[in-house]
Amino acid sequence: MAEAAAPSGERAVRRWVAGAGQSGLRVAIFLLAPSVFVLSIGPFLPEWLRIVPQEWAAPFVGWINAAVEVLRREEMLGLFTFRDVTRAIANLIDYPLDFVEAILVAGFSESVPGLPWIAVTGLAVVLGWYLQGRQLGIIAGVCFAYMAIFGKWELSMVTLSVVLVAAPIAGAIGVALGIVAYKKRWFEALLWPILNVMQALPHFSYMIPVAIFIGIGHKAGTIATIIFAFPVMARLTILGLKGVSPEVREAGIMAGCTNRQMLWKVELPAARPTLMVGVNQVIMLCLAMVVLASFVGAKGLGHDLLNRLRSLWIGQALEIGVVIVFMAIILDRLSQAWARKEPEHMREGPFHVRHPFLAVGAAVVVVSYILAAFVPALQLWPKSLSITTAPLWDAMIDYIIVYAFDYLELIKDTLLVHVLIPMRDLYLLLPWSALLVFAVTLGWYYGGWQVAGIQALFALYLAFAGYWERTLITAYMVSFAVVVCVIFGSVVGIWAAAGPRRTKVVELILDTFQTFPSFIYLIPAIMLFNVNDFAAIMAIVIYATIPTTRLTIFGLRTVPHDIVEAAITSGCTPRQVLWKVRMPLAFPAIMLGINQTIMYALFMVVIAAFIGTTDLGQEIFRSKADNNAGQSLVVGLCIAFMGLIADQLINAWARERKKVLGLE
Amino acid sequence: MERKALDAKIACRSVWKLYGRDPEGFLAAHGGNPPDGAIAADGYIPAVRHASLEVFPGEILVIMGLSGSGKSTLVRCLSRLIEPTAGEVLFDGQDLLKIPAKELIEIRRHKMGMVFQHFALLPHRTVLQNVAFPLEVQGVERATREKRALEIIDLVGLKGRDGYYPRELSGGQQQRVGIARSLAVEPDVWFLDEPFSALDPLIRREMQDEFLRLQTMLRKTIAFITHDFDEAIRLADRIAIMNEGRIVQIGTPEELVTRPADDYVANFTRDVAREKLLTVASVMEPQADGEALSDGVVRQTDKVADVARLIVASELPLRVADDSDRIVGIVSRARVLDMLFSREPGPGG
Repeated sequence: MAEAAAPSGERAVRRWVAGAGQSGLRVAIFLLAPSVFVLSIGPFLPEWLRIVPQEWAAPFVGWINAAVEVLRREEMLGLFTFRDVTRAIANLIDYPLDFVEAILVAGFSESVPGLPWIAVTGLAVVLGWYLQGRQLGIIAGVCFAYMAIFGKWELSMVTLSVVLVAAPIAGAIGVALGIVAYKKRWFEALLWPILNVMQALPHFSYMIPVAIFIGIGHKAGTIATIIFAFPVMARLTILGLKGVSPEVREAGIMAGCTNRQMLWKVELPAARPTLMVGVNQVIMLCLAMVVLASFVGAKGLGHDLLNRLRSLWIGQALEIGVVIVFMAIILDRLSQAWARKEPEHMREGPFHVRHPFLAVGAAVVVVSYILAAFVPALQLWPKSLSITTAPLWDAMIDYIIVYAFDYLELIKDTLLVHVLIPMRDLYLLLPWSALLVFAVTLGWYYGGWQVAGIQALFALYLAFAGYWERTLITAYMVSFAVVVCVIFGSVVGIWAAAGPRRTKVVELILDTFQTFPSFIYLIPAIMLFNVNDFAAIMAIVIYATIPTTRLTIFGLRTVPHDIVEAAITSGCTPRQVLWKVRMPLAFPAIMLGINQTIMYALFMVVIAAFIGTTDLGQEIFRSKADNNAGQSLVVGLCIAFMGLIADQLINAWARERKKVLGLE
Repeated sequence: MERKALDAKIACRSVWKLYGRDPEGFLAAHGGNPPDGAIAADGYIPAVRHASLEVFPGEILVIMGLSGSGKSTLVRCLSRLIEPTAGEVLFDGQDLLKIPAKELIEIRRHKMGMVFQHFALLPHRTVLQNVAFPLEVQGVERATREKRALEIIDLVGLKGRDGYYPRELSGGQQQRVGIARSLAVEPDVWFLDEPFSALDPLIRREMQDEFLRLQTMLRKTIAFITHDFDEAIRLADRIAIMNEGRIVQIGTPEELVTRPADDYVANFTRDVAREKLLTVASVMEPQADGEALSDGVVRQTDKVADVARLIVASELPLRVADDSDRIVGIVSRARVLDMLFSREPGPGG
């Protein structure tokens, strides 16, 4: 495609590169030679080609801070500042927040209490049963009962109320933006890159601007959550609307729909499956963010988890972690069941026959209130009866430390001294010009001049933002973690793809792990390795292995059946089938998995900075302490652009490769 | 043909649909009729080239062609789902391409119905709501539209399924819903875009019969697309054959079989069981003086297959009569056997 349009000189280069014979090797040499060359002459390069001197660095931080200052202090039209506006909007969020919280737990007044915990738990059972079946109802009931009995009810309901308020708002904003983008080309062209950057920005980059314009507190956390969660909905709305089959759209036109009727009666309902994927993701992102938003003062589970981790009360932290995990599992299951729920024709009869679940739900609420009026323990589980598992966890950790400490230390020290530190020193020698050459060569080859140009912009930003060394340290941690993830993930993936039963088990585990908010993964890392680079890398590895494993399985399982059969009838041994047929065909999918692994690792690296690393994440933390919005955004963009460089190159490569293999 | 273009319910004149950078400018530069070489050289993709046809009231016109021949695009030009690059589309003598959007919506709401290959049902609506949908968007009140929808659901043989959702139905049943929906507004013109292609052969046959049954009751003006020549022959009053965006030939099934315009058409007609399609008229010879004839008489409008046994059983040729019982010729055993076994084109051409 790109070749047809290319000028003849470019075509000649491409033809030479992809020439007959050892073309794979030739392509690799051609693509890597320029950057290897720059790298090898690195020591002889002038200083400014290696690290941009501080006085040349673009004062992005200063610009942004100046802009923030203007928005904060200067009055528009002489009446109010921009900050006044944002604070006024933020105050509106208090109404739904207070309302939902009052229903779930806090109550409206002394005489009108919130729902008793048995009512909420009962409703969860009814909802699960309605959406999928008895099994999900029981799971939902167990999860909610656990929260009450283990003394985390109030914290859980506060967190849940933020999710219940933030998710619909984020969803509505996303759908609205998606609709406009679908209708107006120019708006989509504008929105799409912004969404790309927003989704690559680490969680914390949202928090400082929010804190500045809204202040620290519960509602700031809610707003940060909304901002963090809406891009995915906007993106999926656009995809969903574009994916409506042309025939369905034509059927709408032929029925004589006006534009408005088309949108509301035909296109949006027909896009429901994609929109529901968005709903599920928005809910999960909201939960992940609300846990982290405790850094800007959101109340709930995240807040307590943060405090426990800060004081290294690992047992109690683990206990809260388990509740968050339960919350994640149940929100994910319920929203997925809702997405899969298809309409069925209704039975005839009176109300309770036509709507059995509504009737039971109402009955649950009424009965719960009556029971709770007589038995207070059913309103709120008493503290004296709460079970705590913290001592158990603490004992376990003590045991590990007593018996395994020496080995763990040994592993850690060996890796640090012989692998990690040398690797870091090596990375620090990397000149920015080599990255630029690398990104542009690959971008040009796989995506043409446009991609090469964007790659150049990303690389130049990294070089001139003034954080090159920190960028390199981040790159070293991420790349080490990614290598471990890829080895581990592909091995597990290959093992799991060997049979349907293995696949099912591993996928269930992956699905469950993926729903956990990333913050959770810090707990075991800190627990085992205390606070250092190694623990951070451990946390990244646990979290970021998931996508590679998942897509390895997917790639291997979706190799067309007849090709595998052809290989078997050609006399391939199982090993040959795997390495000569299935792996090459699965490779594009695996690469996309690695791509996601890189993105996950970059997200996690920032969160891991919480346990004391020296990379860009740490800079974001420092900027948070100083309320330095400019720095947090500039550093956040560094992380985003690192991710986007990898993302764009890998996607361009995978598209090309899939086309060659005819897999699309 | 005795019918005039003016009588056509829907017609198109010199319709073009080109895809490319500036199709209008390109067509204008070549005086509205660019040669094939120029189209390819300038990188334009022609979906429909210079197509003209008429569909007369109550007629089934089948538009036949292989995939990529432009038949779907042409039908979408007729309903203006696709904007033609040039040409005119006449609906009741009015140029559809010149009327404002609002009026076009009105015409679609009241005068056109369309059935789609993959049914295009709205998955979130019941059968009843799907069928009532075109009435709903017009603003017909609920009781009225549901009454009307139930009548049509009944008509297409889905009584009792009105509360089901599309995914709860089989493919054939889903297409019955599609048909019911397109008939809900009692349209004059009915477009069917490969309506039975996605169905199993047995169900397809059943649906074709169902379609013919409906048409004998309703007498709609129909443009029916298919890539299946047998289906075309079974259903059509006339067939338009398309190739590479062009209409190669329009005619009755009999005309296509006996006088194919080119090899492309002949390729389709070669394997047709012509004795079931052709009438005695196509194998009839003039009566020579003094020839010995059998006593039997057949009508010139009889299908050959229906009277073949009679003719072959007779040593001598039979007389052929027209509708007013006048003898217009003779038919011999040899001619019928030729037709049955050699599959050579009949003498008509």
